[in-house]
Amino acid sequence: MSYRRWVSTSTPAGYFDAAAAAPLHPVARQALLAALADGWADPAKLYAPARRARQLLEAARGSVAETLGVREDEVHFTASGTAAVQAGLAGRLTGPAGPGPGAVLVHSAIEHSAVLHAAARHRDAGGGVVPVPVDRLGRVDLAAWQAAVTGPGVALAALLHASHEVGTVQPVPEAAAACPGGRVPLLVDAGQSLGRLPVPAGWSLLAGSARKWGGPPGVGVLVVCKGTRWSAPEPLPGGEPGLPAVVAAAAGLRAAAGEAAAEAARLGPLVDRIRATVAATVPDVEVVGDPVDRLPHLVTFSCLYVAGEALLHALDRRGFAVSSGSSCTSSTLRPSHVLAAMGVLSHGNVRLSLHRDTSGAEVDRFLAELPGLVAGLRAEAGV
Amino acid sequence: MNRPGQRLDCRGQRCPLPVIALARRLPELPVGTVLEVLADDPAAAVDIPAWCRLRDQQFVGSPAPGTYRIRRTH
Repeated sequence: MSYRRWVSTSTPAGYFDAAAAAPLHPVARQALLAALADGWADPAKLYAPARRARQLLEAARGSVAETLGVREDEVHFTASGTAAVQAGLAGRLTGPAGPGPGAVLVHSAIEHSAVLHAAARHRDAGGGVVPVPVDRLGRVDLAAWQAAVTGPGVALAALLHASHEVGTVQPVPEAAAACPGGRVPLLVDAGQSLGRLPVPAGWSLLAGSARKWGGPPGVGVLVVCKGTRWSAPEPLPGGEPGLPAVVAAAAGLRAAAGEAAAEAARLGPLVDRIRATVAATVPDVEVVGDPVDRLPHLVTFSCLYVAGEALLHALDRRGFAVSSGSSCTSSTLRPSHVLAAMGVLSHGNVRLSLHRDTSGAEVDRFLAELPGLVAGLRAEAGV
Repeated sequence: MNRPGQRLDCRGQRCPLPVIALARRLPELPVGTVLEVLADDPAAAVDIPAWCRLRDQQFVGSPAPGTYRIRRTH
């Protein structure tokens, strides 16, 4: 069987969903192929090919540590970003280092579902969970956060660095400073920001996902600051990631971080253009998220009187791949908990997330087609 | 005076249909009237207050799950 005829290594034009999965960075692709050739052996075995695989694994760990500015022995590889978050939470809340039953987890209302699902399990097991509200721009309410993290029984706080749905960057250093030192470690889910923004200060646990920075799927990273009361869950949620993918993830992170400032300077103005043009050319639209303190590559807006699902399909037919927080596009048929927590319109919602292959021309084609598509759907609905 | 003067039954409709129905009905009522909307799509709990904010109409509140009261202010 030949795969060659349907394998493409170029990103299709109009792909605007890097926040779900960024196209594989060419450096990560090269590293993946090299590691498949050279690092196929089981690194736990006691013979020469295994030692070679182990060397590659340690080199990948060293590379990630250097890129993130942490110690090598603080870096753990997991099977996904979700698994990294789960391991971070479980290793603090339920492991031997855990505070015992009834411990309280504080988290922002707009965390990734990986945190919310783990929080629900923690509550079901008898633990306490305190969600902290956000404002209309999606910024955590720091006064409420301070009150929550200094409450009785708090063992862990979780705050995402930047929202995967609306792009708002959270005041992580301020939120970290509010956590009572030593007693309440802060887990920062940096899934959308690693390889794009500098790592914020103040975290004790830091989680990320390789396919968001241009690495391959199936690799997450959890960094646990030395001195944090945490023990690695046994077994690791999701199991161990494959070695070639870990090598590619590390190479991709180094490459992405090296290009981050230049990419932010290129994509930031494209996002500004989308925010301004959509607001000016589409009637009754709400552009959401912080206009300034935000991810450089991500923008979200909601179109009044339009079903998100219909808009996604219309855009797909025109060759655009975008995401939506509207209820009709989710498997649960509930609106995005992020949009709900912010109190912004949830229907007709579209999220664009750009990447290193995104061109200004593609963005302009999107901006030229969107007003007509929205008008067409509104006309169909009789609005 | 937050008692509803009118009721709009949008149960069984998926968003944005309840919001479209609200936007159509409210301007037909006298200013000051409270319209009660029944909508069982969970998105209505987010989108009806958001519509009121965008349109400068008053969201009076949700006295029960799936029930929303809106006052025409202008």
